[in-house]
Amino acid sequence: MAISDMTHNPPDDRLNRVPDFGRAPIGSAAEAHLAHIWESAPGWRGWLSTVDHKTIGLRYLVTAFIFLLMGGIEALIMRLQLARPDQTLLTPEQYNQLFTMHGVTMIFLYALPILSGFSNYLWPLLLGSRDMAFPRLNALSYWVFLFAGIFMYVSFPLGQAPNAGWFNYVPFAGPIYNTGPNIDVFALGMVLLGISTTVGSVNFVVTLFRMRAPGMTINRVPILVWGTLTASVANLLAIPAVSLAFFLLWLDRQIGTHFFDVANGGKPLLWQHLFWIFGHPWVYAIVLPAMGIVSDALPTFCRRPLVGYTAMALATMATMLIGFEVWIHHMFATGLPTVALSIFGAASMVISIPSSVAVFAWIATIWLGRPVFKTPFLFFSGFVILFVIGGLSGVMTAAVSLDWQLNETYFIVAHLHYVLLGINVFPVVGGIYYWFPKFTGRMMDEKMGKWSFWVMFIGFNVGFFPMHIAGLLGMPRRIYTYSSRMGWDTVNMITSIGSFVFAIGILIFLVNIVISLKRGALAGSNPWDAATLEWSIPSPPPAYNFAVIPVIASRHPLWEDRLEEDTERSSLTEGYLLTEGRETMGTSPIDAKPMTILKMPDDSYMPFFVGLFVSLLFVGLLLHWWNFAGAMAVLGCIALITWMWPQKTLVQRVFSTARTSRRAP
Amino acid sequence: MTDVSQLDQPLPVGSDGKLSGGWWGVLALIVTEGSLFGYLLFAYFYLAAQTEQEWPPEGLPILLIPTVNTAILLASSAFVWASEYCIRRRQIHWSIAAMILAIALGICFVMIQLMEWEKKTYDMTSNLYGSLYFTITGFHLCHVIIGLVVLLLLLIWISLGYFDDRRYAAVTIGGVYWHFVDVVWLFVFTTLYIFPYL
Repeated sequence: MAISDMTHNPPDDRLNRVPDFGRAPIGSAAEAHLAHIWESAPGWRGWLSTVDHKTIGLRYLVTAFIFLLMGGIEALIMRLQLARPDQTLLTPEQYNQLFTMHGVTMIFLYALPILSGFSNYLWPLLLGSRDMAFPRLNALSYWVFLFAGIFMYVSFPLGQAPNAGWFNYVPFAGPIYNTGPNIDVFALGMVLLGISTTVGSVNFVVTLFRMRAPGMTINRVPILVWGTLTASVANLLAIPAVSLAFFLLWLDRQIGTHFFDVANGGKPLLWQHLFWIFGHPWVYAIVLPAMGIVSDALPTFCRRPLVGYTAMALATMATMLIGFEVWIHHMFATGLPTVALSIFGAASMVISIPSSVAVFAWIATIWLGRPVFKTPFLFFSGFVILFVIGGLSGVMTAAVSLDWQLNETYFIVAHLHYVLLGINVFPVVGGIYYWFPKFTGRMMDEKMGKWSFWVMFIGFNVGFFPMHIAGLLGMPRRIYTYSSRMGWDTVNMITSIGSFVFAIGILIFLVNIVISLKRGALAGSNPWDAATLEWSIPSPPPAYNFAVIPVIASRHPLWEDRLEEDTERSSLTEGYLLTEGRETMGTSPIDAKPMTILKMPDDSYMPFFVGLFVSLLFVGLLLHWWNFAGAMAVLGCIALITWMWPQKTLVQRVFSTARTSRRAP
Repeated sequence: MTDVSQLDQPLPVGSDGKLSGGWWGVLALIVTEGSLFGYLLFAYFYLAAQTEQEWPPEGLPILLIPTVNTAILLASSAFVWASEYCIRRRQIHWSIAAMILAIALGICFVMIQLMEWEKKTYDMTSNLYGSLYFTITGFHLCHVIIGLVVLLLLLIWISLGYFDDRRYAAVTIGGVYWHFVDVVWLFVFTTLYIFPYL
């Protein structure tokens, strides 16, 4: 043991060193060395063990999009049932399971994971880093998401899917009225998914504060980063509420506790509070990063920087801050005191202020720019229109008296689809058109792109706008059929037609992807002539992202020469080399001054195994295989300990050779 | 060019104390775990405020043993701090001794807590208070046990000579998690044992 006097250690360049500054052009020895260090093993081994954020990001995108298609098919089946009155295509129970799984899929398995996909892929490229702060945690986050998605779907083919709506109110979801495994699958699946979301959020938060390229001060990060950061911080604070709620519900159902048990002093409203304390911040978590996509990509097609960068960043955070103070607007009709309703109604209306700041910033960007009407621009400007319509119906329902009329009607359904599709799906599809060249090295077809936009945009409005009217005519949500004497026939038929038109638009988009993957024009590194860092490297990016860690001097590193804002210039081809193993630069949280050379982990199987064992633990809990669950917990711990064991390659522990050399005279 | 380019000062490499990613990661974990306990206590107060039952069912709680147990847990935190301090001073033997004491005190806490559970005349299915009491203390006990596993790993790693004054980030990270578990107990203790007196 090294217990010697307090003399200074001799300098050891494995512990401290000055990073080399220079160039590593494509084809140079340094660049080849980097590629060798960073590339994953070929075949199934690399497939299971990779921690590359780009691979993980694409997996997130593809998986979440598959969930979108599944949720979409569920919606189309429901629209067939509702197209005409008194249809018998579905039984009431089938309808209940379909609308529940549709909501669960879209809200939890599509909306946030797809944005995590974008952020995972793009963050290190936007920030000038070689990976996320915790690459292995990133892989774990994906695997748990995938397994949680599968978990929540396993009971679907058995006709035992969750059936109490995505917000799953008790006592209907409690043990007395819902005896099957339906709700237990949902409850445990949500706790499992919460693990994925939480570790993903930790990763984003730490990445922002540690991994930015030198010189990228906090006021130079792209708005997408602000959006995902805000969403991630909110997730850290809000996810525990819903995980706890679902866990307590599971205890009530399977162990016999009394949290929501009315007969024994439990309170159903506790469920609603815990759910919506999570639920409303979540709504912003699934739109703010999408708004960030627009704020970053729209300016490219307006040929000018975003108007009001600072206002937009502040509006993003203000939206979320107020978003924590509005959850009771989901509970206006539950008999809470008037004072509470007034305060939360007012807070809900205040949200329109930061939202308007964002809308006017986008409009001003288009107005003051020279728009180029490419497909992504169409999606982003279409998004602005849908945002305004969805926002207006939101302000209407924030008024308590009006909400009492509209609550539980199709007006709410119309509102939430305008905001969720308008602010999430349109930016996402536009974002895929925009970054597809970076993902794959090929452009998507412009003609089919425009077709897909117009068909989607028309189909969306034909499908969802009449729902406002159906709601005003008094049609309740979540009914499996209706009588033609109610006067809802026409609006429902129009809605069903619109939904299928919208689906055709999505289909055109998918066909475009398949064709462009094979035959799209080669993109080059910066096909849109955009301003941000991800466009400074080849498409698709090499495994190491940046051959040298760049030094950043402005918000628009690739537009500095033509903007001539200041005299400083970013240094993109010359930078920190960092080639002694997987390394990247750790910088200070605000000023992005170089602080430390971070050692990044190699590929590892442990994230897969930890994810697998944790998921099997939940299978054990679901089936009451207590011993199996215990065994999985132990195996998960062993995998986790293997993962965490301090490694010399990461300089998590000291080198024994250095110790012996110090002991020698 | 900007002011940051070729550096003249060497930068630390790898997991160096509070510059390590893990330190930031554990702080984020603490935020989210802290929220979890916040919501648990919210559920307690929400239900306690509206209950018409005897609360707690056995009358006012007896404070002596839980208070002693609280002191034991806090003492354990102090020894974890001491263990890290000794590594910084390169007194590895003292560090190991402090960590062993910390773990022993942690185990004491768990045993006494389990005895407290034994003494209850109800369980988590008997009534609403029982559901809350056993869920909240159970959540905390789980965290203590996970914390003890972490401390045990740290003890093994220190004993294997993995750390000295230059690299010991794992001890800082594991240590702050243990401090968090102990601080949370103060909130749990105040809620379950002091609050009924108010």
